[in-house]
Amino acid sequence: MTKRSSSAIQRRLIPSYIFLIIVSFVSVFPIFWMVTAATNNTVDIARGKIWFGNQALVNLKSLIEAASSQGAGTSLGRFMGNSFFYAFAQTILCIFLCSLAGYGFELYHDKAKDRLFTILLMAMMVPAVATLIPLFTMMSKLGFINTVAGFMLPAISTPFMIMMFRQNSRNFPVDIMEAARIDGLSEWAIFFKMYMPIMKSTYAAAAVITFMNAWNAYMWPRAVMTKNSAQTMQILLTNLSNGYVIDYGLLMMAVLFCSIPTMVIFFVMQKQFAEGITGAVK
Amino acid sequence: MNKKMTVTRKQQFAGWIFLAPATLLIFIMSFYPMVQAFITSLKTGSGVKLKWGNPLFVNYIKNIPADKIFIRSMGNTFLYLIIEVPIMLVLAILLAQILNNRDLKFRGLFRTMVFMPCAVSLVSYALIFRTLFAREGLINSMLMGLGLISSNINWLGTTGTARAVIIIGLIWRWTGYNMVFYLAGLQNIEYSVYEAAKIDGANGWKTFWHITVPLLKPTIVMTAIMSINGTLQLFDESVNLTNGGPANTSITMSHYVWNEAFGQGVGHFGYASAMSFVIFIMVAVLAAINMKVGDTRD
Repeated sequence: MTKRSSSAIQRRLIPSYIFLIIVSFVSVFPIFWMVTAATNNTVDIARGKIWFGNQALVNLKSLIEAASSQGAGTSLGRFMGNSFFYAFAQTILCIFLCSLAGYGFELYHDKAKDRLFTILLMAMMVPAVATLIPLFTMMSKLGFINTVAGFMLPAISTPFMIMMFRQNSRNFPVDIMEAARIDGLSEWAIFFKMYMPIMKSTYAAAAVITFMNAWNAYMWPRAVMTKNSAQTMQILLTNLSNGYVIDYGLLMMAVLFCSIPTMVIFFVMQKQFAEGITGAVK
Repeated sequence: MNKKMTVTRKQQFAGWIFLAPATLLIFIMSFYPMVQAFITSLKTGSGVKLKWGNPLFVNYIKNIPADKIFIRSMGNTFLYLIIEVPIMLVLAILLAQILNNRDLKFRGLFRTMVFMPCAVSLVSYALIFRTLFAREGLINSMLMGLGLISSNINWLGTTGTARAVIIIGLIWRWTGYNMVFYLAGLQNIEYSVYEAAKIDGANGWKTFWHITVPLLKPTIVMTAIMSINGTLQLFDESVNLTNGGPANTSITMSHYVWNEAFGQGVGHFGYASAMSFVIFIMVAVLAAINMKVGDTRD
């Protein structure tokens, strides 16, 4: 009986499968094609070749050359290194500060703190482009242009991240805080020794999403990183695409390089990534 | 009693210490610059030679309404918003509904594939689409191969198709992202509700309209707010996919503000700030309307 009805169910699902196959193909194809294009030369790409070629090393060599000719002290390694360094620094500081705030807002909450939190949420509506000019002026007064501090200061405290930790702190067992206090633990010790280990899945999700955002950041880094050797992969991509004659093989090789870290994170930590996206709205 | 009071007060104080650094940063990095942007928006001129507007609100009452490019960038942004957001959200809900069916095989694989565009950065996907839709690109050679067109279409060099490519790109990049919200929302709905509906003989469409959509309403409101907010601030795609072209006909508001402020030898900081403040007001008003609409309880 079960077998027959299950095959009937599968037959009814055929339109769903067809729809999913089409959507999946459309979703994956441009990424697949980017990878194959990175191994082809411009002529083959223009001809519409969609399979792997043998130009990968040639493209890589031209990419390394093009990256080195962006200005004094530039190289592909430099741009990748900058992107990694800024993204790591931003991730660590962001999850530390925002978890501390989420912990404070939720587990020590009172009326005044709840009200303050509502005010902070309004920062979500502030358009990035509106704060660009004042922030740029502020950073140049502080001497933070072309520095990691300038890159990350506007991004290490976000209402979204604080909200994520605040929401998830609701599942934190409050009883053990009382027990810890009776044992003589300070409020800071409770945060470091109990909150952090218990909340580690929230930390993982927050770290993944923050790293992705920092790695992919574009508008603000383009404003604050005026020196070529301080710029990131995203800015290199833009610069490479600005010539009159574009070497598409080289460009797709650059896109591939820029996408490898985020792709690895996506495949290895997809669950945390999905949790990080939706984390604040449970 | 007295001792307990001091303990809780001490705890409350500790709470303030914990939230202080992040809170201060938001005030310094978001609210304070917003006030400064408003003050700057009352000035005219360029570079370091900014002077107060005469009349004070000259940017708002005279310069912005007279700026054809800004009006066009606003039209473009709203065009992207009105076409892209509904298509994307409906697609995302449909996909979530289909993928939530436990009888479906390869659910994890399908979910991963639909979600995959989120793994590439906005700049990266903009450049991939730019290459695909280039005059000598894959899309044209495929259409030629199929005999659908006789000569290469200049997708990014023609106003209508350039706008369409931006919309296609946005739908491609963000549908899976929104689907994740709906899948998470659906997980909070008891699966037995669906099984009961099935026993009662409700078909797919009926369950979709009478169970999924009403129960997902809070999620739909939230994703709508986020998408509207994001689309109003669209920047990366306009810069990297079409570069606002041809002749500024596909440019977005944020891109135009950027050009006015940081474009080569421009530096109209006052005017750019005024335009960015207009964007802020639009975001705030649309978010408020959205929340009002989402809040109507039956």
